[in-house]
Amino acid sequence: MSAETTDAVTNDSDIVSIVDLRVTFATDGGAVRAVDGVSIAVRPREIVAIVGESGSGKSVTAKSILGLVPSTATSSGSILLRSRDRSRTTDIVDASQNALRSLRGEDVAMVFQEPSTALNPVYTVGWQIAEGIRAHGSVSRKDAKKQAVDILRRVGIPDPETRVNYYPHQFSGGQKQRVVIAMALVLNPGLIVADEPTTALDVTVQAEILDLLRRLRDEFDTAIVLITHNMGVVADLADRVVVMYQGKVVEEADARTLFASPQADYTKQLLAAVPHIGQGEARAAVRTQERLARDSSTTPVVVARDLVIEYPGRLGRGGFRAVNGVSFEIKEGEVLGLVGESGSGKTTIGRAIAGLSKVTGGSLSVLGREMLGIRERAFRSARVDIGFVFQDPASSFNPLLTIADCVAEPLVVHGRAADSRDARAQVDELLEAVQLPRTFGDRYPHELSGGQRQRASLARSIALRPKLLIADEPTSALDVSVQARVLELFTELQREFGFASLFISHDLAVVDLLADRIAVLYKGELVEEGTGAEVLGAPQHPYTQRLLASLPVPDPIEQQSRREALHRLQAVDG
Amino acid sequence: MTAELSSPDPASAAPPAVLRRRSSGGGGLGRYILVRFLLIIPTVFILVTLVFLLMRTTGDPITAALGGKLTGPQLQERIHEAGYDRPLIVQYLEYLGNIVTGNFGSTLSDNRPVTQVLLTYGGATLELAFYALIVAFIVGIPLGMVAAYFRDRAPDAFLRIFAILCYATPVFFAGLLLKLVFAVWLQVLPVAGRASTGAELQMQFLQSKTGIYLIDALQTGNPEVIGDVLSHAVLPGVALGLLTAGVFLRLVRTNLIGTLGTDYVDSARSRGVTEFRLVRKHAYRPALIPIITVIGLQIALLLGGAVLTETTFEWKGLGFQLAHYLQARDFVAVQGIVALLAVIVAVTNFIVDIIAALIDPRVRY
Amino acid sequence: MTATTAQTRPKRSLVSRIPLFEQVRSSIGLQRGMLIAGVVITGLFVITAVFAPLLAPYGFAQLRSDGTPFGAQEAPNAEHLLGTTVGGYDVLSRVIWGAQTAILTIVVSVILSIFAGIFLGLVSGYIGGWLDRVLVVVCDAIYAFPSLLLAIVMSIVISGGRSDLLGGILAASISITVVFIPQYFRVIRAETVRIKSEAYVESAKVIGTRAPRIVFRHVLRNATRSLPLLLTLNSSEALLTLAGLGFLGFGIEPTAAAEWGYDLNKSLSDVTSGIWWTSLFPGLAIVLAVLGITLLGESLNDLADPRLRGRRAALDTGAPTADNGAEPHGAGATGERIVADDASTADDEERVS
Repeated sequence: MSAETTDAVTNDSDIVSIVDLRVTFATDGGAVRAVDGVSIAVRPREIVAIVGESGSGKSVTAKSILGLVPSTATSSGSILLRSRDRSRTTDIVDASQNALRSLRGEDVAMVFQEPSTALNPVYTVGWQIAEGIRAHGSVSRKDAKKQAVDILRRVGIPDPETRVNYYPHQFSGGQKQRVVIAMALVLNPGLIVADEPTTALDVTVQAEILDLLRRLRDEFDTAIVLITHNMGVVADLADRVVVMYQGKVVEEADARTLFASPQADYTKQLLAAVPHIGQGEARAAVRTQERLARDSSTTPVVVARDLVIEYPGRLGRGGFRAVNGVSFEIKEGEVLGLVGESGSGKTTIGRAIAGLSKVTGGSLSVLGREMLGIRERAFRSARVDIGFVFQDPASSFNPLLTIADCVAEPLVVHGRAADSRDARAQVDELLEAVQLPRTFGDRYPHELSGGQRQRASLARSIALRPKLLIADEPTSALDVSVQARVLELFTELQREFGFASLFISHDLAVVDLLADRIAVLYKGELVEEGTGAEVLGAPQHPYTQRLLASLPVPDPIEQQSRREALHRLQAVDG
Repeated sequence: MTAELSSPDPASAAPPAVLRRRSSGGGGLGRYILVRFLLIIPTVFILVTLVFLLMRTTGDPITAALGGKLTGPQLQERIHEAGYDRPLIVQYLEYLGNIVTGNFGSTLSDNRPVTQVLLTYGGATLELAFYALIVAFIVGIPLGMVAAYFRDRAPDAFLRIFAILCYATPVFFAGLLLKLVFAVWLQVLPVAGRASTGAELQMQFLQSKTGIYLIDALQTGNPEVIGDVLSHAVLPGVALGLLTAGVFLRLVRTNLIGTLGTDYVDSARSRGVTEFRLVRKHAYRPALIPIITVIGLQIALLLGGAVLTETTFEWKGLGFQLAHYLQARDFVAVQGIVALLAVIVAVTNFIVDIIAALIDPRVRY
Repeated sequence: MTATTAQTRPKRSLVSRIPLFEQVRSSIGLQRGMLIAGVVITGLFVITAVFAPLLAPYGFAQLRSDGTPFGAQEAPNAEHLLGTTVGGYDVLSRVIWGAQTAILTIVVSVILSIFAGIFLGLVSGYIGGWLDRVLVVVCDAIYAFPSLLLAIVMSIVISGGRSDLLGGILAASISITVVFIPQYFRVIRAETVRIKSEAYVESAKVIGTRAPRIVFRHVLRNATRSLPLLLTLNSSEALLTLAGLGFLGFGIEPTAAAEWGYDLNKSLSDVTSGIWWTSLFPGLAIVLAVLGITLLGESLNDLADPRLRGRRAALDTGAPTADNGAEPHGAGATGERIVADDASTADDEERVS
């Protein structure tokens, strides 16, 4: 059967061919078309990446392949899914619930974004894997368990005979994702749909999972539809790339071609917005020059000496040491980038500097005040000089106040204005400084997009012209293109207002863009510190080396060589 | 909330979830049980103190019970005899000391130790609660699952309204209606009481009387007696059971809908697990943990309902006695029974929490 | 609170400002039906209470008209549409007047408990520390205790167990208030603790805002958003508690006011002799009133909770949600919102700050 349509050629040999798929959701605000005439074909043993930003429809497209769209959605077009041995072909769009059920897991399986929520917490992983096996044919419990042990071993879970009886919470994040992949693999489907499989993971773990996914194709001959927003991941893994924007496919090309010569304007913008390691070096050098020229005897704004921060345990149980003997300085007008993975203690340090977390040992001096044992009363006067930008734009504004009210808060609290109306002129100026229209002041936070809110958040944090600005992952919740604009704004504001800054991020490339110096945290300890050129150019500590090598770059050719370098590094490690 | 709020890795959110559970209980189940057990003490202490303070700041029980029946001097003499003219703090300490040794005082009207009242009538209340829980579980939990499965469709609509009606109908009104229909009009079930006189007589002569009629009736081995006891239990059990069933139904439905929307249910669906099994296994078990916790809190509702049900059906249990002492204005008895119930509630909640912990592997390991 | 911030805001149309209008409009199907039924029944209940003097054919304590006694236990007839009670009162009149007692009790008890509960919850949740722990243990202890028994104890304290005047309403209301304070306390405290760790409160702290301003400007209004729902559910509970008290003989004397629970208590013996009208109508009145209020509360609850709302609002979530939106297991899926904002929620947040 080889039918030709206007958009795509459906070919017998394709494992799945999506033709003119349209998915519409009924919402409070009327019908919303999430997917609008998408055609994609995936060949056996091929890794096709669908990339796009929020609202591009990539996730809905992917979930449609398993018929996992919510019942409020209506779909049209066709999705022809073939089993691995070509013995059956099903059109997912109008398949019955029963037909869908029987092919899920057998012909197509899914890997979820969040491994910690994709596993049922009250059943052992072995039970969950076996359940999938037994849902597709009469297999004895014993055999199913044997298969479960086998598949766990193949995805790289050590000691699978014991661990098959573990509950999900007994695994680490990366291992959980391996278990999720094992579940998808166990019936050997011809196609796996991976929805942002590494987004929830640390970058070093991400590299391992990407290797595992590559092995799926090489060892299991599985085709993969990879949904991601991360161009580095795409470059690392994909054979072919489909770029989606607002429900439509804007470009489709072979991975190397796409990165080398993107055709669509949107793709070009997207690629340009991705931060690269090495972009920041030149800029940092210029900034340092400027700063040194201005004032050669800069006094540090923040000094940490053997800083220890512990969270108390309950009822006399030992606490959790989040930060363990960290020393660093932030000079006036300097941007220190603090990099680390989850649990490294980077946010804790930021919160301690802002007086939100208690310092429990060592010394931390902020604007000349010792934070160890300080009382809020004594610290309040210093707060005029500190700004803070939070990670989550959704919760950083009081939902009941307008943006103007929120931005005016610092001015009102510190008596620079009687009330928010009185502060309005200043608020307007601030909004202008962060490139938001004045009229946005009258809006409520939920009426702004994430990027706009983060800009308003910047406006609020600089309202008092602080000497120090702490930015805690301000862009990690944003789309790449929005992130690029916010980072640019940050750089501009920093140049204009000259504040010192602690910029916290998990992304080396982002920190590289705007930091004068970079500090790397690992499990509560500071393992390396230096200028961008030093830390990223010639990392000394093995962890930094691994972190750097794990970061995928948005260039398939370069990424391949980096990958090999990482493998060498890992081989040395153990 | 956690040490590391910022990082995009939920792995940082997941271990603290475990940690949290554990941090409230300590390193493992043993410690959890111990800590949870120790928590009973302040709970009971607070309730007992509260009851004492409330009942005693307003006056002495003797005046309340006998005021107007005795002359002033006689009253004073009785008050002095019972020690109610001593400073409140002395009386309080004595009261606390007595409770520690298991002495909840004696009733004024018939001068019986409260603990003996409990032993005599506790079995009946326990039995009633048992019947009610059976009805509640049989009706509430499966129907809750059905409602969640048919969410927003006709069966769900019907069941939700049923649940609200169960809750909206005061248990004594439900009792009265049941009585009217089944006992008075249809005359298929007895009007009131725990057993007919004949059956009670037979059970009276048992060697090992428990006061729990069902067990006593089984001991007589007489099918007529068993039938008699069971037929008396139907209406009170259903009246009180339906009240609790409504709560269970809503509880199961809401929690199941919550867990049905989770990723792990979607994940199981993507492995080809049947919809029925998704509800029955994947959604139900995790939903069970909060459900059980809340069921623990329903014990209070059940006990309050028992007082009303027992009054309605002249079911001679603790609640019936409580109402009786209330009528007699015997506040020493009321205080004693209420304090005792406080202990029972605290202990039941403890047991329920332990069960919930046993189901949750995150606490067990 | 916002008097200082009066300024131009996008005005909503006048119609959409009518309470509940927005909810009715955004609801669908079953939920809409439930909401409308709730509004209608509750409305009828309120109207009956307000216009009781006009609606009721006789007074609630009236035993005779034109010098002739009504007679006891008269079956429904033209004179007495719903018959008369064992005490010789007109059932219909007492049912109608009973609405007034019920509403008064609900209003007084809910107002009293809201103020006390909100204040304690805010202070306890925001300040934390030992005060918080003690209050939580005390409130949990009271919460776990059968509310009816507590109300009995309270009514003994307040009125010596017997109320003759309209003060009986106050006694009943205060008894119920004591039972409800822990509930408001728990909800407001849990919300406060949650909001305390929200970025907007932290950012207020970073700015150097003093605690009272944070509590009143940022926490209070956000913490009380779920209150209307709790309020409706508590209203129905207040009604049931009042009826329970009345049924056990702790209600209001028939000469002081009409109270459904009391009438049901007096009808207990009637039922055995097949007299149905004395129990059926007051009972139905309770059921209807509670049903209306509960329907209202339940549907508001559903509409406010996206997880429970009619499935109309599903959108493409293919966003790179690389934020910390990851909830620990079960945290988002636990407990019935109202019945159990259980203590573990509170414990979970213990490690904050």
